[in-house]
Amino acid sequence: MIPLSWYLILAASIFCIGLYGVLARRNAIAILMGIELMLNAVNINLVAFWRYLTPSIINGQVFAIIVFAVAASEVAVGLALIISIYRRKTTVAVEEINLMKW
Amino acid sequence: MSTQLILFFILAVIAILSAIGMLVSKNSVYSAMFLVLNFVTIAVLFLLLNAPFIAMVQVTIYAGAIMVLFLFVIMLLGTDMAAEGISMPWQPPIAILLSGALILEFAFILFFAQQDVLPQIEAISAAFGSPQSIGKLLFNFYLLPFEVTSVLLLVAMVGAIILAQRETG
Repeated sequence: MIPLSWYLILAASIFCIGLYGVLARRNAIAILMGIELMLNAVNINLVAFWRYLTPSIINGQVFAIIVFAVAASEVAVGLALIISIYRRKTTVAVEEINLMKW
Repeated sequence: MSTQLILFFILAVIAILSAIGMLVSKNSVYSAMFLVLNFVTIAVLFLLLNAPFIAMVQVTIYAGAIMVLFLFVIMLLGTDMAAEGISMPWQPPIAILLSGALILEFAFILFFAQQDVLPQIEAISAAFGSPQSIGKLLFNFYLLPFEVTSVLLLVAMVGAIILAQRETG
């Protein structure tokens, strides 16, 4: 049987790869993809903890579904923001988006 | 080595490699495709964890809807090769440092700090985790969070329409 900690370390690695993407990429769309990767790693953790710790109640799966909904709405708003910024500044490079910086 | 163990290793390697591939590919379309591969791999991992409904939702929502949205925006803006190169030279080293520190913390907690033996999992029936049981829980015990989630989706939809619409007049 697969130990729980292997799932957790896999999720942690995917989370850290996503974090690196968020911190190091310049393309705003790539940053959103990194955030998606991190949310997915959280979902692995939720489902793995449900399966190993409380398999008699399905709470973990319900949390995972709510995370899906949050991820979907986050992507919709984020991409709409990127489209809106692209109309004004014709760029998706995050360091050139400094309208709110003083 | 059981079959599950071998399957888990293969899936884990594919998931991590596709995540790294997403990071290193310069073209945003390739990044999105690697991300789709990653999501499908994780869906198979959910099947391995006896969560078939979550796996199907993962494929339809993440690998389907969300990634189509990403590809649509990438191709609409034509930014698939844009924003190459690094403008701030200190950015990648700091990113590697911070994410490396985070994964070391995770590894330390998982392998050293945590002493108690994790419980052995028991077999569960095939009907468990089916859409019916999840729906029952979602509409009874988690009714309020469910409704709040629906409001959140509505707000996100309205917000996305307002943000992306062209200003007129």
